[in-house]
Amino acid sequence: MDNVQNTVSKEEALLAKFEEKVQAGEAIEPRDWMPEAYRKHLIRQMSQHAHSEVIGMQPEGNWVTRAPSLRAKQILLAKIQDEGGHGLYLYSAAETLGISRKEMIEQLHNGKAKYSNIFNYPSLTWADIGAIGWLVDGAAIVNQVSLQRTSYAPYSRAMVRICKEESFHQRQGYEIMAQMMQGTEEQREMAQDAMNRWWWPSLMMFGPHDTDSPHSADAFRWKIKRHTNDELRQKFIDKTVQQAEVIGLTIPDPDLKWNEAKGCYDYGRIDWEEFNRVIRGNGPCNKQRLDHHKKVHADGAWVREAAEAYKNKHKKQSVNLN
Amino acid sequence: MAKQDALFKYTLRLGDNALILSQRLSEWCSYAPLIEEDLALTNLSLDMIGRAQALLKYAGEIEGMGKTEDTLAFRRSERQYYNNLLVEQPNGDFAFTMARQLFISAFELYFYSEMEHSKDKTFAAIAAKTLKEVKYHLEHAKDWVIRMGDGTGESHYRIQHAVNELWMYTGELFEMDDVDKDLIEQGIATDLDAIRPLWNKYIGDVLETAALIVPENGYMQTGSRKGIHTEHLGHLLCEMQYLQRAYPDAKW
Ligand SMILES: [Fe+2]
Ligand SMILES: [Fe+2]
Repeated sequence: MDNVQNTVSKEEALLAKFEEKVQAGEAIEPRDWMPEAYRKHLIRQMSQHAHSEVIGMQPEGNWVTRAPSLRAKQILLAKIQDEGGHGLYLYSAAETLGISRKEMIEQLHNGKAKYSNIFNYPSLTWADIGAIGWLVDGAAIVNQVSLQRTSYAPYSRAMVRICKEESFHQRQGYEIMAQMMQGTEEQREMAQDAMNRWWWPSLMMFGPHDTDSPHSADAFRWKIKRHTNDELRQKFIDKTVQQAEVIGLTIPDPDLKWNEAKGCYDYGRIDWEEFNRVIRGNGPCNKQRLDHHKKVHADGAWVREAAEAYKNKHKKQSVNLN
Repeated sequence: MAKQDALFKYTLRLGDNALILSQRLSEWCSYAPLIEEDLALTNLSLDMIGRAQALLKYAGEIEGMGKTEDTLAFRRSERQYYNNLLVEQPNGDFAFTMARQLFISAFELYFYSEMEHSKDKTFAAIAAKTLKEVKYHLEHAKDWVIRMGDGTGESHYRIQHAVNELWMYTGELFEMDDVDKDLIEQGIATDLDAIRPLWNKYIGDVLETAALIVPENGYMQTGSRKGIHTEHLGHLLCEMQYLQRAYPDAKW
């Protein structure tokens, strides 16, 4: 009885110390004690983030072999390579919480772990490569900048590194759009069409309105999250509208209007039915993206096994030599 | 043969090898057996795009008809490409891709080691840069071929199969015609007869370490020096050139 009480009060003391530390703005390192709910929240968020980077390679990879110039191919390939690298840092950062990459991939395959909904939309023309870089990476940056100061140190370090690369991606995507808007009639149509299709899903990347957002209270108290979904979405809209105007693209929202009093743009209603439908698995590419990942993973199993077998054989040999 | 004409064809040959193999490797994007390999294959592809740009730009200058590296990459038809048949072969499985890479990177290592001393300054400069990259490509391919050869029963079977299937495309790497003879005399091109034994020795050693059998030298496929390719090239170009062909007036 005494023992149980001791454990309970010890746990309470640790929790109090943890909360105090977080409130003081100190970073939490992997070796530090942390409540189980904090660890779980981070694993969910970081693995989802890692999977998003990796699944995001698919819609962009769709245009690699058809890039219209050598320079365009180089920029796109390097960008996708960056995204794969982000996936790797984030898997490693999540591994510091006591989960392996293998387990995270299993959770992706069995539907327990998610990835960003945006990648369930198809990339149909070359202009989509511009739109993804400009809008999707642009929205990701807004989110990630605010995560640079997140309380879990390995996550925050990964974000600092990732953000530098993301702003390149955003600029390069914008450059593709700008170039196309100065091009032929067909190119301008293609660019506007991509804008029309990617604008609303990009706004949905920030998640539900604050009034409908689950999981948020703990995330704020623990300083994992530092700005609300609506604050971040507003920031993205305000910076993007002007960029669109400069190159002659129209934002596909008739209700979009500058609000002088608030000092920001008012925008139309987001189609949350669509958002929820796609999240539940019924988007244009949900099945395709996950099937692709599963198939590649299964097809590559023999390669990973070969590397493992080779390593084990030669480990034994070098041990025998000693 | 006029010197400019020989030099133009020779430059295209080198540029096309880099261009076509970069395209093949880029097809692995999001398809590799682990992310680390996805990134590594992308690296190889990026190196080769860089090399293709430099060589095709130079080819355009030699020809003097105002063609850029992009015109040469995206607006020629099947019969105007001079890359080796080996590099246009489809990726197949990972073993196939690595066997192809081992064969071509070993060739390029010896080839560009000679070319570094070419009297043509542009070639010498491109060779120096390429060599640094090719050393890494070769190490990477060699490590994987050995791992697969000495890994599991399945991996051993797959890599041996890939080596056997691709062997008939290796003879063509060393073919020489009037273009080579002209340019060798001028101290510009690499003598392929001289590097052949080095390649044989290197490949023999790697395959032996990997516990793999070196195939018999049977019939060797040929044709690329005359712009005659396997059926695979047409499909590759169709995909690669799609936007440039569909929107000929557009700039991207
Ligand atoms: Fe990223
Ligand atoms: Fe990015």
